[in-house]
Amino acid sequence: MSTVVDDHNHEAHHDHKPSGITRWLFTTNHKDIGSMYLWFSLIMFFVGGAMAMVIRAELFQPGLQLVEPQFFNQMTTVHGLVMIFGAVMPAFTGLANWMVPMMIGAPDMALPRMNNWSFWILPFAFVILLSSLFMEGGGPDFGWTFYAPLSTTYSNDSTALFVFAVHIMGISSIMGAINVIVTIINMRAPGMTYMKMPLFVWTWLITAFLLIAVMPVLAGAVTMVLTDKYFGTSFFDAAGGGDPVMFQHIFWFFGHPEVYIMILPSFGIVSAIIPAFSRKKLFGYSSMVYATASIAILSFLVWAHHMFTTGMPVFAELFFMYCTMLIAVPTGVKVFNWVATMWRGAISFEVPMLFALAFVILFTIGGFSGVMLAMTPVDFQYHDTYFVVAHFHYVLVTGAIFSIMAASYYWLPKWSGHMYDTTLARLHFWSSLISVNVLFFPMHFAGLAGMPRRIPDYAVQFADINQITSIGGFAFGLSQLIFLWLVIKCARGGEKAPAKPWDGAEGLEWTVPSPAPYHTFETPPKVE
Amino acid sequence: MKMKPLWALPLLYSASALSQERSLNLTQGVTEVSRDVYDLHMTVFYICCVIGVVVFGLMFYSMIRHRKSRGREPAKFHENVKVEILWTLIPFLILVGMAIPATSTLIAMEDTSDADVTIQVTGSQWKWHYKYFDREVEFFSRLATQQEQISNKFEKSENYLREVDNPLVVPTGEKVRFLVTSDDVIHSWWVPDFAVKKDANPGFINEAWTRIDEPGIYRGQCAELCGKDHGFMPIVVIAKTPEDYAKWIDETEAKQIAERERQQELLDMEMSMDELMAMGEKIYNSTCAACHQPNGQGIPGTFPALAGSPIASKPENLDKHVDIVVHGVQGSAMQAFAQQLTMQELAAVVTYERNAWGNDTGEMVQAADINAAINE
Ligand code: HEM
Ligand SMILES: [Cu+2]
Repeated sequence: MSTVVDDHNHEAHHDHKPSGITRWLFTTNHKDIGSMYLWFSLIMFFVGGAMAMVIRAELFQPGLQLVEPQFFNQMTTVHGLVMIFGAVMPAFTGLANWMVPMMIGAPDMALPRMNNWSFWILPFAFVILLSSLFMEGGGPDFGWTFYAPLSTTYSNDSTALFVFAVHIMGISSIMGAINVIVTIINMRAPGMTYMKMPLFVWTWLITAFLLIAVMPVLAGAVTMVLTDKYFGTSFFDAAGGGDPVMFQHIFWFFGHPEVYIMILPSFGIVSAIIPAFSRKKLFGYSSMVYATASIAILSFLVWAHHMFTTGMPVFAELFFMYCTMLIAVPTGVKVFNWVATMWRGAISFEVPMLFALAFVILFTIGGFSGVMLAMTPVDFQYHDTYFVVAHFHYVLVTGAIFSIMAASYYWLPKWSGHMYDTTLARLHFWSSLISVNVLFFPMHFAGLAGMPRRIPDYAVQFADINQITSIGGFAFGLSQLIFLWLVIKCARGGEKAPAKPWDGAEGLEWTVPSPAPYHTFETPPKVE
Repeated sequence: MKMKPLWALPLLYSASALSQERSLNLTQGVTEVSRDVYDLHMTVFYICCVIGVVVFGLMFYSMIRHRKSRGREPAKFHENVKVEILWTLIPFLILVGMAIPATSTLIAMEDTSDADVTIQVTGSQWKWHYKYFDREVEFFSRLATQQEQISNKFEKSENYLREVDNPLVVPTGEKVRFLVTSDDVIHSWWVPDFAVKKDANPGFINEAWTRIDEPGIYRGQCAELCGKDHGFMPIVVIAKTPEDYAKWIDETEAKQIAERERQQELLDMEMSMDELMAMGEKIYNSTCAACHQPNGQGIPGTFPALAGSPIASKPENLDKHVDIVVHGVQGSAMQAFAQQLTMQELAAVVTYERNAWGNDTGEMVQAADINAAINE
């Protein structure tokens, strides 16, 4: 596929770049790197998706049919890791690479060689992680949250590979984040003041700071797991004076900001798309910026809401409950702003808008279950059940991933120079929308009825719900093949896209031709 | 927490339909706390529904009325400080309103003082152990569902995966305190009907409590991923009236004391190879096979094989073999079984491991040998 884009660019623009594989290996061009990130993330989306299919197939009926419990645990673990670190995060980095320079009128990212590195170490991280599945004893099976001592004393030797892979992913993320920050701070076109930046740039700037703050914490956590397992330390082992609950504090100090890392760029995307197709300026631009910043700050004060059952002192439980409830306020402000943007606009329903609207509604549903989970006494009932699984899939699949789809449909003409097949795109949207709800909505009920998460087999009263869920899962998985087909088709050709295919869209990216030339804004534009 | 204004009627209707169909909603449970928790759950749920109806309603209104295809000209406004302050403040106040009852329920849940009965709950891979304080009663509680049901050879019973060999027995109407801990990884002791879910952390003790209104059988499961058989360590609690409970605990205590004395007497008794092998096979399959597998092959890379292993098949390693089974292996998933099995059972299972699957050492281990190893 890459060669196709390659050829095309050659013909169309005669830009200077090496040809063949070396172009991609050595490229420092933000558009090339952005494309590679996006393709990589799409591949990982299908790898992680295949594992989800295994999970849903095993859970189709009570009893053990297809896989052993240990392999099942490997599937849930690696599915989570691949989707988070392989699909969602690289997709956002890819979007940042492509769009941030074009949105602020910069010729490229500030640190292009580092940019090349931060992408190219990623495939190695995932080769290491995925190959551990084929080791004797199998891959990591302690959940993506790798709680000690299950991940230390009681894990198999794939743990070392897991730790190494996570380190590489972390380095990649940190380098990507530094690049984004330096680019945004130093390379804005004249007149592009901070409060004129598109929200996608703002949300990514804040996300990048979150990344720099917490990825080292994750690196610390995996390193302690490694030394506990192999070098005789006892960070998390009570017998040596450590504390397994401390692991969870460290992990979630990374983990909660991490979930916002996966949603803040979505807020930016949706804040670009809804005004474009409502043909009206975004409502409350500055309150959007402040809401994003306050979410980011609060996200450091709520980590222990993942740990209410670990036995914390009551005052700590109350503190984390209040902070968690508080985070719903800026989140609500965002939703209200989007609705107010639509209000009395002139709305049309092109595919990016469809995904953005679905995002607003379904992400809000995830926010509702978030508020329910924030209430500590009730969280005791919800915690570690399918209710939590439903919650985070609403915010991550119909949230983060739907926003990535929306972004792809919004900018694909700019990237490829072609309009995509809108019939296919609409089919993809509607089949995804229906199946994703058949997949995740019933999980709320399974959780409330008492089904724990991460189990390969369940009591018979959960059978119906799981069957429906699995059917939704297969349908959602198949629907994504439509997307793959559509993207390949669009990369290979199609109706020529104009510089600005959406009449209501705003921003510098639409002032350059489609496909965007290999080099853009070599002389900075003037922003009014 | 009875909030039933008129506007909630349609929701209420659907929600009460939900709560009747028990398997779709949170249980109300059988304690005051669990009912408070249920009320909180429903309250937040209703509030979310109302907010959802308002927000999504406005959104759909806009999607229908403010469409370009209706020839609309977009309005120009993009700010309104008053509205923005309002929709920051109102959600904030709603949240404060929810935080108040949540706080009082939480404080009540965490008050474990003045318990009438105290039970230590210990999780280990993959079973629960219960020990009654001030009484000489303790036992393990394991999954009772047959393997054949799990592997789809037999029809699944009504309480598939939610039945145990020895249920926990507690009195109704009294404050029962649980001291929760673990022998290996983190587990979580959860019985939805009591609204009790507490993590079992190795090396630390957590407290929880309940006061059950109704006699009955209440079922739960381990809630924290604890390895391979996490899905197979259920919890069953039988709540009896205080009289029935007193009778049960007296009888059980007497039985357990008698059993311990009998064990001591049996120390001198030699068992035959056949007896050892028969008993050993039973114990092996219920206690060891989860990791080392019924055929003794283990799981490569995770749990070592016993068939043909030097420890289990070389005569010079007999003492080492006994030591591992009795004292466990520090820093691994291999537990110390001295507390879990009787000396006879330990003797039998070691004998079995040394003679099954072609290990054929012909060696026998007797209870007295185990006794010596324990008291070493
Ligand atoms: C209104 C905002 C939100 C609130 C109040 C909230 C609250 C919570 C709470 C209390 C939990 C812990 C549940 C438990 O384990 O018992 C949780 C879990 C989770 N949330 Fe949220 N959440 C919110 C938004 C989000 C967003 C935006 C994301 C990501 C995009 C997210 C992702 C997750 C994930 C991944 C988990 C589960 C992690 C795991 O245990 O594997 N949440 N949330
Ligand atoms: Cu969180």
